[in-house]
This record gives sequence, structure tokens and C-alpha cells, in this order.
Amino acid sequence: MKPTAHTFPANATKALADPNLQIALGKLRTNYVGAIAAARARLPEFETLRDEARDIKNHVLAHLDLYLEEFERKVTEVGGVVHWASTHAEARALILDICRKAGAKTVTKGKSMISEEIALNDHLAANGIEPVETDLGEYLIQIRNEPPSHIIGPAVHLTREQVEADFRRLHTHLPKGRSLGEATELVAEARGILRERFLAADVGITGANFLIAETGTTVIVTNEGNGDLTQTLPKTHIVLASIEKVVPTLEDVSTILRVLARSATGQEISTYTTFSTGPRRPGDPDGPEQFHVVLLDGGRSEILGTEYRDILRCIRCGACMDHCPVYHAVGGHAYGWVYPGPIGAALNPALIGLEEAGHLPNASTFCGRCEEVCPMRIPLPRIMRFWREKQFALGRTGAPAKRAMRLWAWFARRPALYHLGARIAMPLLRLAARGRGRFHKLPQMGGWTDHRDFPAPEGSTFQAQWAKRRGGLP
Amino acid sequence: MAGTAEPTDAKRPRVGLFVTCLVDLMRPSVGFAAVKLLEAAGCEVEVPRAQTCCGQPAYNAGDRETAALLARQTIEALESFDYVVAPSGSCAGMLKRHYPELFHKDDPFRERATGLAKKVYELVSFLVDVRAMTSVAARLSGKATYHDSCSGLRELGIRAQPRKLLATVAGLELVEMAEPEACCGFGGTFAVKYGEISNAICEQKTARISATGCDLLLAGDLGCLINIAGKLSREGRPIAVRHVAEVLAGMTGTAPIGGTK
Repeated sequence: MKPTAHTFPANATKALADPNLQIALGKLRTNYVGAIAAARARLPEFETLRDEARDIKNHVLAHLDLYLEEFERKVTEVGGVVHWASTHAEARALILDICRKAGAKTVTKGKSMISEEIALNDHLAANGIEPVETDLGEYLIQIRNEPPSHIIGPAVHLTREQVEADFRRLHTHLPKGRSLGEATELVAEARGILRERFLAADVGITGANFLIAETGTTVIVTNEGNGDLTQTLPKTHIVLASIEKVVPTLEDVSTILRVLARSATGQEISTYTTFSTGPRRPGDPDGPEQFHVVLLDGGRSEILGTEYRDILRCIRCGACMDHCPVYHAVGGHAYGWVYPGPIGAALNPALIGLEEAGHLPNASTFCGRCEEVCPMRIPLPRIMRFWREKQFALGRTGAPAKRAMRLWAWFARRPALYHLGARIAMPLLRLAARGRGRFHKLPQMGGWTDHRDFPAPEGSTFQAQWAKRRGGLP
Repeated sequence: MAGTAEPTDAKRPRVGLFVTCLVDLMRPSVGFAAVKLLEAAGCEVEVPRAQTCCGQPAYNAGDRETAALLARQTIEALESFDYVVAPSGSCAGMLKRHYPELFHKDDPFRERATGLAKKVYELVSFLVDVRAMTSVAARLSGKATYHDSCSGLRELGIRAQPRKLLATVAGLELVEMAEPEACCGFGGTFAVKYGEISNAICEQKTARISATGCDLLLAGDLGCLINIAGKLSREGRPIAVRHVAEVLAGMTGTAPIGGTK
């Protein structure tokens, strides 16, 4: 997808004025936050598990090459093929090639953020292959031609009424008078439509939540069962995953799974956790004839060894955005690329460049709630601060802001002068408020005073009053 | 002041008050309330003149160099005290959690920053956790709700302490708002740079404050208080806004933040 992160402020303005989005975001806040807190509270060892999960990923990232090679060896042993893609374009080309060799006309897809990252659907469609998203949320945004707005709930920005209107517009072969007033009726209708597509598909593409090095297994976590149908019905199964998804053992997956669903949806465990190891063996009742794993680097190996490498621990649970005040206000699309919320603010500058994504690490209050809820203990504010420092060093911080900061700092480093200046300025500012106790407008402060009053200072500074009280000279 | 355990040590601890730039410039009453509370807790309070700002605005703007220069100045001004106390979780968090990160491990200031960090506390948590204060002698009739400022809550673990002391203010009823731990949208320069988003976040906060039916909003950080007070007054909601220290010290004679009487 073409990033629009550089127009974040304009995107945000649009989002704030979108009534449907604001209704949908209100529901997200109430639905996820409480459920996640309750799920964590029910598990006494949750904090210990976070440490273990963090340590597993740190270990993997320190030995990533070894585990990836082991993963490839095991996949090959069980009859699958691993393909390496260093860029988005390479990954798209590899997948198109596999689809063409399979003679594919239709491809079903389970939910995959990497597919969004490499803009796979557009590429397949441009080459005459129809991609069909089978995750309900992904299906909804596909028919609306929109990117996902949330890592685990791609369509959380939509209201039920919007979905109903889309279904009536598109599913014209169904009776006009049918009832679609309940969410369950919408789900049933989508299921009915997708069922036909599953049976017709030539290739199934899924993502992977984990790649297990010791067994060559890929793992997906879903709640709808669509992933299973996507990968078992067609003759060819392609797993598309990024390289940091690898973990050493089945045991490690078990540990991380315990923090994943609780942090994502507040479930103890997701409805389906599906392990895929190679193609169908002789005597197996079902399964694909071909099993391909496309491993994308996409800039990740360059993150290893940097000060922000901790972002590679991310397991894409979405907890950071569920708890982010900025995400709550503007939703995911405003962030302008695949990964929204705090993880996007930390990760996107690395993947699409600081020039494009520069606003994102700045558009944070540093409230720290993302780090508090991150099951993998990723220090998200610290990484956002790293990007701000990088921008400052590159001179990309706006000149007026930088001048103001330096001027203020010049005074702040000269306490005697600073206190003298403050002793003179504050009473004047108090007078300027003309007894109202607050300002309705202040120069250079429109970002504040367009929306809020600015309280007036009390007058004399603390230091001036303190000096007087102590009998010394102010 | 009632309920303060007498220091077992005959010597009164010397506390350096880090006033914070916002309190110094905007609301000196909070500083005097802090002095009163600290003295009631058996401390000898001093206010070094060589302090200005902790450097957090520069630090959050990516200007690490300026932040480190201000950190040096603050460390030099405060490191000789037994304790350093600030009426702000955000500034105390900067001194306690971030100062050591500002210096390379070979820089002698790294060790001095770490040494200072061990002695730094936010005011209310210092009173309760270090000085074992269990009650205050203040009185104020009304219904208040308390907002948990982000840095104090998440960097310093301040949640129970202010509620514990507020519960002993005679005549004051404390009502919890929904999601007291949700950010108010201040975020320093964020509030101006991304004013529209900041405002949208703050609107959610003021709606939850208003829903409690309280007439007083309290918090431990002036940044949040200025933001919330500015929004409440723009919305025309008749809710007074004060720093928690003013109420605990029984010093509510001054006009509330952004108010006239």
C-alpha cells in the first residue's frame, strides 16, 4: 500500500470529523480494554510469562540466522519449500510465480499483515488472479477497497450499519428483503458467500504467527476457522511470513501463545490455533499437495543490532493500539501505513523511512500505556523517542520549534537570569489575562487555544516569593 | 499535621524541593503547599536557586544534548540533599528514570545521576511511602475526583498514595471517574503540535470527569491540570481544578487553576 503517513495531521483531522469512525472507536475502547485487563488478571503468572516471552524472542533475535536455517532444513525435510525474499517486490514475484505454476485463477487468503505490507492483493489482481480474503474483517475491507485499520481487527473502524449497506450493495443475488440487523446475520451471510469461494480456490495463502525451527511448522491463530479452510482445501498452500516470526521450539510457542490471545482479545486462547507441517503425506485425509513458505526480510535484518531492535519482538497482538489515546482518537487509517498505533509509530520509520513516517513517533503523549500492556515488553515510547532524536540530529525538527526550544534552554541554563526574567514576565502575563484567570487566545499557541483556554499564571513566581519569605533578595 | 510518624532519627532529613518550572511560573501555591506538607512530615525544606527546568521538554523533542546540559545543572543543584522531592510525577520521573539514561556509562555524571535518582520522589508518594504519613489535618467540603497522571502512575507507581491521604480530608468525598488512568492528552509540546488530537483526547477525559458529578478535579501534575482546566472552562463546565497538594495542605484559599476566585 502507498503510505500516506507524511500527511498524518490532515489524516487525523479527517478521522476526527468522521462520525461513523468515532462511533466505531468508542466501541473498540469499551470492548477490548476491559476484556484484556480481565484476562490478564485471571492469570497470576502473566507477568512472569511476559518475561519468558520477551527472553525467548531476544534469544531468537540474537541467533536469527541459525534458527531460520534450521527452520528451512526442517520444512524441506517434511516436503515443503522455503523461498527467501529480501524485498516486497521479490516476495510478490515469488508468490505470483507459485500461483501461476499452480494454474491459479482464484486464491483464498487467511489474514496476513505481511500480505498487506507487500500489497499482495493488488499485485495478484493486476496479473489476472483473483484474491479472496476469507477473514471476515479482511473481507469487509477488501470489498470496500480499504487498508486494515487495526492489526487484529482490520475492520474495527466500521459500524454494523456500514457493513449492512455494503452487503446490500454487493450481494445483489440475495433477497432484497432479508434481515441483516444483527451482527450474527452479517457473519452468516459472509460465511455463505465465502464457502463457495473456498471450494473454488486453487491456492490458499495464509500468514503465520509463528514459525517453529525444531519442526518446520507454521502456526496461525484465528477465531473464525477461515484459516483452516484456506490452507487445507486448495492443492497449494503458501505461508507468507516475515523472518522475525521464527521461534526455536513448540514449547516456546506454548509460552508466547499464553500471552498472545489474552493481550489481543482477552481470550484465554483463540478459537483455532493451527499447526501446519509440510504438505499432505500419503494416507493423510486432507491437506495441500504443495507447501511453500515465503520468508520476507523487508528491512528487518537491518533492524537487528540497532537501538530499536526490540520492535522485532512484536507478536502483533494489537494491545498497544487498543490502549493508545491517540489511536482511540483517530483510528488506524490516519497513521497512513499498514501498522497503526504505537507499534506503527515505532516500526514504520524503520520500514518505510523516517521521511515518510516522521510524524508518527511525534504524535504520542508518551503516556506509556502501550509499554505497560505490551506482552513482549517492547519499550515503545523509548523507541519513539529514539526516532525523535534521529529527526533532531538530522535537522528535521521544524526550525521555529527548534529555535524556541534552544532559546528557552539558553535561559534555563542561566538560573539567575531565568529567575529574573520569570519574575518580570509572569506578573505581566497575569495582567494580560485582565482578571479573567485564563486566556482565550495566545499567539503561537493556536494548537492549544483553538480548543482550550490557557490558564493564566498566578503572578509572582515561586522563586521570587520564596526569596522574599526567606528575607533574601529575589 | 495529624498522623505523621515522628522521624525515628533525631535529625530531620534535608529535603531539596524541586519546584518544577510549571509550578514556579504558573502556580506557586503548589510549591508552598508542598513546603507545608514536607515540614509537617518532619523535613527541613530547602529550595536551591540553581534549579530551573528538568529538561524533559528537550528530551521529548529529541534534543538529548540540551536535556543532558539541564540534567547536569539539576544534579549539581540537588545531589547534596538527603531527598529530592517534586510536586510532579512527570518531573520526578524524569529525574528518577531518565537522567541516568542521558549519560554515557563512562561519563562521571552517569553515576551522579544514578545517585540522585535514588533520592528522588514525587511529593505525595514521598509523604506516604517514605515519611509514613497516614492522614492530613485538612478540611474541604465538596466532591472531588482524582486523575492519575501518566508519568506518576506508570513510571513511579503512584495510585494509592494520593487517594489514601485524600480520604482523610474532612468533608471531602472522593468519587472515581471511569478510566482515571487514561491520558488527558497533554503530552507537553504534543498539546500544541497535535492540538486537535490532544483536544479530542482531553474531551474524553472531561466527559468522564463531568459524569462523576464532582465539583473538583485533582491530580498531581500541573501539565495535566492546566490542560484539563483549560478544556473544562472552554466547555463551560463548573468544575474547579487544583493540584492535590493544595487540598492536602489545606491551602485552597487561592483561586482554582484558570479560575478567578
